[in-house]
Amino acid sequence: MTRLHAANELLAKEVIARYPVKKSALIPLLHLVQEQNGYVTNEGMSHLAELLDITSAEVLGTCSFYEMFKLEPVGRYVINVCGTMSCQLLGADELIHHAEERLGIKVGATTDDGLFTLERAECQAACTEAPCLQVNYRHEFRVTHDNFDSLVDRLTADSKKNGSAAIPPHGTLSQTRQQIPAGRAVGAVAPDEVNGPPVWLPIDEPEETS
Amino acid sequence: MTLGGKEIERAAGFVANDTPKIVTSRFDVEDSHTLVGYLATGGYEGIRAALKKKPEEVHAQITEATVLGRGGAGFPAGVKWGFMPKDVWPRYLVVNGDESEPGTYKDRLLMELDPHQLIEGCLIASYAVGLSRCFLYVRGEMAVAQERIAAALNDAYEAGYVGRNILGTDFSLDIVLHWGAGAYVVGEETALIESLEGNRGMPRLKPPYFPAAIGLYGKPTIVNNVETLANLPWIATNGAEAYRAIGTETSPGTRMVAVSGHVKRPGVYEIINGTTTFRDLIFGDDYCGGMREGRTLKAFVPGGGSAPWFLPDQLDLPFEASQVGPAGSMLGSGAIMVMDDTTDIPKAAHSLTRFYAHESCGKCVPCREGGTWLERILGRIVDGHGTTRDLEMLLEVGETICPGEFPHAASERLGLEAKPFPYGMTTICFVGPSAFAPVHSALTLFPEEFRDRVREVSDDDPVASPVGAVPVELKGIGAS
Repeated sequence: MTRLHAANELLAKEVIARYPVKKSALIPLLHLVQEQNGYVTNEGMSHLAELLDITSAEVLGTCSFYEMFKLEPVGRYVINVCGTMSCQLLGADELIHHAEERLGIKVGATTDDGLFTLERAECQAACTEAPCLQVNYRHEFRVTHDNFDSLVDRLTADSKKNGSAAIPPHGTLSQTRQQIPAGRAVGAVAPDEVNGPPVWLPIDEPEETS
Repeated sequence: MTLGGKEIERAAGFVANDTPKIVTSRFDVEDSHTLVGYLATGGYEGIRAALKKKPEEVHAQITEATVLGRGGAGFPAGVKWGFMPKDVWPRYLVVNGDESEPGTYKDRLLMELDPHQLIEGCLIASYAVGLSRCFLYVRGEMAVAQERIAAALNDAYEAGYVGRNILGTDFSLDIVLHWGAGAYVVGEETALIESLEGNRGMPRLKPPYFPAAIGLYGKPTIVNNVETLANLPWIATNGAEAYRAIGTETSPGTRMVAVSGHVKRPGVYEIINGTTTFRDLIFGDDYCGGMREGRTLKAFVPGGGSAPWFLPDQLDLPFEASQVGPAGSMLGSGAIMVMDDTTDIPKAAHSLTRFYAHESCGKCVPCREGGTWLERILGRIVDGHGTTRDLEMLLEVGETICPGEFPHAASERLGLEAKPFPYGMTTICFVGPSAFAPVHSALTLFPEEFRDRVREVSDDDPVASPVGAVPVELKGIGAS
């Protein structure tokens, strides 16, 4: 199934309700499509267009700007090796070369077994732990060539296990979702429907927001 | 030599030493990211103190404390809040957690290790300026930070710290966790707003210079960096005076700095603002403990990948914008990248220029085209195919992005005098100039490394003028 399935559609509606303007939910929902399918499917994008009352061209327009969204299937594990300055100074180029040799693919490609996609990434905010990489956006620090080999072995073994592996397949970011209990939510109001300050602001106008 | 301070296993990269801690005080507490851990260490005391005051008093307190924005521009948070028009509603708060400046990481640690502190900072800011909707925008590539913030928000909602009628008062605030999908430029505040509206993350045309007037959905919006907001609970609890007692008059408090590259102990440190010097940080035993064994310092980037480079001549400058600016660079986002004598300068510069060329959003031509040109020309020089003409061309391309003199450091060795910050620019945001900054620094401070690498060509050599460098004669309509 490449549209959002029923449970995810319900979740999507919950997310949309948090924003004063529906389209704001687009990027989180594109992540949801990617989480469900491993990549962003055309049908998923059309579905989002329906849910958000925008055109599918607008969905693609936003989607294609951001490099985390993959429009074609990628490996179960996307390995991003950082190549920016701090990592470059401490051997990133050599690490990327080693990764290519070990996986038998060039940067940008996916292994034949569909397990690994290798990418050269830019700064991952772990510069003191150079050279670093991310597997499905989870960090590995101070990666030696040996570390890389054992990482690949570990992930290969993980992929054969059923149930929860340490690193979920590509597309899943946080495994905890934000839940706003109905009784606690302030609620999103369309920007133009708010015409005064919130109640706790001691200002002359008696108007209230939500 | 023994290095002072301690590395904390659960906070990879962070080093705790004896200097006062404002935002990292919980990093060595085992469960600092949980509500229980936070409450046990004075958590949510700041918002309790703030709620006893009037909103404008809280705003005044933050303004008085002078919390310089930690995202890069260093603009005081309280003053920024004051730019919002008096009678336009609603107002929004957008938290900039899209940390991705090369060399920088502090927001990631703050989000992963102390998410409740950030949430409390959002509460205080929102109460002070009167808004009931806050969006916490976390960088897409930070799965762990998203996880921790989602869990923290769920607990905070459940316990009554976020949501309707916070702590039994009239104050109500929703905080919505939102995350990006991989785009450096979205760290620019108007691009962040575009992204939050579900659009391509491209910066908006200026003016208005601050989204405080026209921001999210065209409404008054505050965009604050994660570290900036993380300071607020401490200030609300301890007062502006206590905050100003740390650091200097113009740079009060502390700030987080990441030092990476060729040092003995790279790490993230919370330092005293305004007085700590680059020498303290790179050579001090409580900090990085000097260069790797047997190596000497060649150059360092003082304020994130966008900053012009410094030489050993500038080591004694403190973390004080009013001194670093005239010396030819900026403090930026608190990231120092250190290069020793083994560094291949053109290659190091190339790794930064490639970053900015890659991250250009494509809106402004000088950045979109110029950044790519800089990256390619530099790449061919690094690969050994460059010519002397290429060196001139790098500067010509730079001139189209940043017309006029570009800031640089003084060098005793080269007899150079400092050219102060800032620079002119033909682009909306700083991505374009940032692609040129490393090129300009490398060429200015280490000209010999380029001269040794390129082939001498004369102007009439056919390969000396690649396509694009030839002046185009205007023909046809409009040309006289």
